[in-house]
Order: sequence, then structure tokens, then C-alpha cells
Amino acid sequence: MDLSNPYIQAALQFLAIFITFNVVLMIVAYTVLAERRILGFIQGRLGPNRVGPGGVLQPFADLLKFIFKEEIVPDKSTRFVYFLAPIIAVTSAMMTLIVYPFGPRVTLPYFGQVELVIARFDIALLYVLAVTSIGVYGIALAGWASNSKYSLMGGLRSSAQMISYELSLGLSLVGVILMSGTLDLYEIVEQQSGWYGFKWNIFPQFIGFVVYLTSAIAETNRVPFDLPEAETELVAGFHTEYSALKFALFFMAEYINMFTVSVLATTLFLGGWNVPGLALLFAPGSIPFAVFSVIGFFVKVFFFLFLYIWLRGTLPRFRFDQLMAFGWKFLLPVALLNVVLTATLVWLGVL
Amino acid sequence: MVPLSWYLALSAVLFTIGAAGVIIKRNAIAMFMCIELMLNATNITFVAFSSFFRDVTGQLFVFIVMTVAAAEAAVGLGIIIAIFRNRLSLDVDDASVLRD
Amino acid sequence: MTILIFLLLAALTIGCAVAMVAQRNPLYSAIALIGVFLGMAGIYVTLAAPFIAAIQVIVYAGAIMVLVVFVIMLLNVEEEVRRPIRLRRLVPLGVLLAAIFFAEAAFIIYFVETSAYNPPPATQSNVGLTASVGTGLFTKYLLPFEITSLLILMAIVGAITLARRVSTLEGGRTRLRATEETRSQTSAD
Repeated sequence: MDLSNPYIQAALQFLAIFITFNVVLMIVAYTVLAERRILGFIQGRLGPNRVGPGGVLQPFADLLKFIFKEEIVPDKSTRFVYFLAPIIAVTSAMMTLIVYPFGPRVTLPYFGQVELVIARFDIALLYVLAVTSIGVYGIALAGWASNSKYSLMGGLRSSAQMISYELSLGLSLVGVILMSGTLDLYEIVEQQSGWYGFKWNIFPQFIGFVVYLTSAIAETNRVPFDLPEAETELVAGFHTEYSALKFALFFMAEYINMFTVSVLATTLFLGGWNVPGLALLFAPGSIPFAVFSVIGFFVKVFFFLFLYIWLRGTLPRFRFDQLMAFGWKFLLPVALLNVVLTATLVWLGVL
Repeated sequence: MVPLSWYLALSAVLFTIGAAGVIIKRNAIAMFMCIELMLNATNITFVAFSSFFRDVTGQLFVFIVMTVAAAEAAVGLGIIIAIFRNRLSLDVDDASVLRD
Repeated sequence: MTILIFLLLAALTIGCAVAMVAQRNPLYSAIALIGVFLGMAGIYVTLAAPFIAAIQVIVYAGAIMVLVVFVIMLLNVEEEVRRPIRLRRLVPLGVLLAAIFFAEAAFIIYFVETSAYNPPPATQSNVGLTASVGTGLFTKYLLPFEITSLLILMAIVGAITLARRVSTLEGGRTRLRATEETRSQTSAD
């Protein structure tokens, strides 16, 4: 088989994308289960443990339930937009998955040297920002098209929230970009290898990391920033009028977004697939090195997912005016300060 | 390969549609969107020339056009909201007198 | 292959643009315009300008259009009413002028197509990459860049001044009611 043939390369790429999507969907399904179990543990109860041993088949039971629920479309809804909204939400969430590097360069039999990333290109980080910024429409249009006051309030709140926090999110990444001098995620990760983990961007960019994490939680509409779907005020927010699989799509989009945010945090701040000291055990480029690197990558990602669940079990919700004031009057100035500080240090040659 | 003239033709068609929209539309927000379309149509020409002549200047122009469009969006939508507050309508024919 | 992609994207862009003008519901127009912007981002990619493509999506689709959709939702803008065409007699003249214009444009494009200079294809250049765009922006074109930042500052101040004049929608409504009352009074007098 001639691997340099562009058609075969394209086919391999499609296969890789297909596998990635499926793996991520499985991870998402089990994140939901883990969330319910861990929340149960935090609140001193058991959580779902009936389907399969210890509840491991619960996600599939949920899926079946979603499929067999009745599809209810509100009478006065705007049909086209109503069906378009969940599609936009899921598509924009899944499109970013292809750019993240999840492992180092490895020499495989038959394939030769392979970089463990599906699509590597010059503007990967901007691509992530661009695609995630489309996701706002899913929520805003869902709120508008449902023709219900709770949905509209939820949609308006979420678009306001996402626009506000996108600014500090973007600015918190500028520090990393300034330090590494590239937008290519693979190269950003490679620059963080060595020094037993002390080259990770979290150390010089700690302010940026905290700002990123806070605004990322706000971007994904999770506790303590889950105002768009504050159940005590707005029933279920923008997806009040959605049922069955359309609701499942929104639900999936939210968890995929959590996953991508965690992956981006790992890639940019926690050194991606770099595991401290692994180069002492195995030769870089060998298969065990790659396997342990990939495992290290996923451990970091799962840590962030656990953090999300932990926060949900611990923190109360913000009020909407508090949320806006926090975003604009605290987070944004801190992010700007971080950019100025980093730029000065890079200019002086310290970083 | 796609010849340069195709890009220019696409740009011309989009610009014409935008210009026609500004003339036809009576809703202030719709007119605003048509103006954005016209700005974008010119951007295609800039990028096409820039990449066919291997000169980055055209893309920098696009960058600056985009910032101008963003500024225009902020002020334009502010004006539209102000008009709506005063007249409760976005029809530009209703906003034909300067005093309220 | 590139030609096929270009044709698809161009069809998407033009189709969405026509839909935008044809729609009378502003929200549908906005959705169509988002389609136009995404299609254009694709066209920039075929022109080997990925940076501009990403910026196009971030600025236009991700910021400006979100703002527009937000305003449409906030003001709950109603559909435009269809109204009779004034100046009906000028329509044939308009059609004639448009036909002449299109004939001219087609003529010119035909000649550009067959002209002696045929620029080389652009897929393999590094002009559109982030590094070259950034270098150009911060060296040769630093002054225009700074001026645009000043422009944005002015826009921020302007938008805030415009938005804070009357604190609520209610203010406008009461004022409108007051003017209507005075009008009806004067006509009654």
C-alpha cells in the first residue's frame, strides 16, 4: 500500500476522525455517569448503580430512554431554526476535536514516523477559538426559536455570558501564544517538554491559567456560572422546549465542550502529553513512550473533568449581575494585566 | 486551479447583491447586514490579489477592514437601539425626521 | 479538486447572500449572513490564507453577528411589511441599465481571463500564514494598525454613550405616548 497517495491519506484521515469522534462520545457518556456517581458520593448517596455491574451500562440505558421519548415540537415555534439550533451546537462542539495533539512523535511499523495528531496546521489555536465561537448560535437560536419566555431568557443570558467571557478566554491564551511564538498546538506542546515538567506553561502563566479555567467554565455554562439553565429560575433555560434526542444533542454538546476545554487546558498549560521523567525510562519515539504519554495526557484531561464535577458539587450559583460584573470588572482587567506582564517579560528576554 | 477572475466575479456578484439589498431593504438592521456583506465582498478581492501576487499587503487590508467593520457594528447597533427606543420601529422610512 | 471546492463554496455564499436579501424576517437574514461569512472563510482557505479565514470566523461570525442576533432577539424585530413599489415606471429602465452593466462586467472578465498575464496558483505560498501576516502588520503597517486601535477606542466610547442615554425601553414608550397625546390635542384644537 502506497502511503504517500493523497487518496489513501485522506481515507486514513477520515478513519482517524471517525475513531476520534467515537472515542470522545464514549468518554462523554462516561463523564455523565461519573458526574452522577461522584455527585452522589459528595452528597452522601449512591447515584445510579443498577444498570450493569456498578452502573457501567447506565449511559446506554439513558440513550435508549432518549431515543424512545416522544418528540414534542412547540406549536408556535419557528420550525427551521428550532431544528437547526441543536445541530449547530453539536457540530461546533465536535469540529474542534481534530486539532488536539494527544501524543508524541512515534515510529510505527508500516507507517514510519507518525505525529499523534489528526490535523496539524498553522492556525490550530485560532481554529479552536473560531469554531467554539459559532457554538453561541446553537444556544441563542434555540432560545429564540422555542417561542417560550424561559427559553428566550435563557438564550439571551447565555449569549451575553458567552460574549463577555470569550474576551477573557481569548486574552488568557495570548500569554501562552506570546511565550511560544506560534499558534500550532503541536509545537506549543513540544516546547513544554523537558526539565521534568517545570517547563509547563502553568508555572510562568499561572494568572493566565486561572483566568482561562474560570472563563472556560463560564463558556461551557457550568456551575457556578450555569445561569442560562438555572433550573430554579428558568425551568431548564434555553432547552426547556426540547425533548428526546434534540435535548440529548444539547446535553452532548455541553459535555463535549467540557471535554475540549479540558483538553485545551492540558495542551496549553499542563504540557499536553509530556510526562515528567518518562524520557529516562523509554527512548523518545518508541511505542511504550508514546503509550505512556497518551495515558498521561488523558490523566490530565480527566483531572480537569473531575474538577468540573467537584465544583458542581461544591459551589452555589452566581447572580446574573454578579456574573457580568465579575467577568467585565475583574477577569478582563486581570487577563489584560497578564498580557502586558508577559509581553514585557518576553521583550526583556526573561521568559 | 481556480483562476483569479473567478474570485473577482464572485466578489462582484456578492457586492451587487449587498448593494441591491441596501436599496431594497427598509429595516435598519437588514440594511446594516447588507453593508457588512458589501465590505466582505471587497475583502475577497483583497485576499485573492494578495495570494495570487504573493504579497501580504492585501491580507493586512482585510484585517483593517475587519476592525473597521467591528467598530461600525458597535456604533451602528448602538444607533439602531437608540432609534428603536425613540420610535419603537426599525423602519428607516419612519426615521425621516430629525427631531422626536 | 480545488475548483470543485471553490464552486461549492461560491454557490453556498451566493445562495446565502440571495436568501439574506430575499428574507423579510431579520433573524433569518442574519442566519443566512452567517452562512455567507462561513462560506467566505472557506474561500479564503482555498486562497491559502488560513489566518484571515480564522479571523473572518472569529470577528464576523463569532462577534459581529452574535451582536446582531442579540439585538434582533432583544428588540423582537417584526417581519418587514411588503409595500408597493414606488416609481413603478422606472423599473424597465433599471432592468436595462443592469443588463448593460452585466454585459460590461462579463466583457471585462472575459478579457481578464485571456490576458497575457496569468498569475501562478497560490496554494503553496506562505504569504497567508500567521507569521508573515504578523510581520507585515507590526513593521511596515504599524501606523495603520495603531490608527485602527484608536478607531476601536472611539467606537467603544461611542457605543457606550449611545446606549446609556435612556435607561429603559419604557422611557421611549412614555415619550412616544406623550408626543401622540400632544399631537391628538393639537389636532383637536
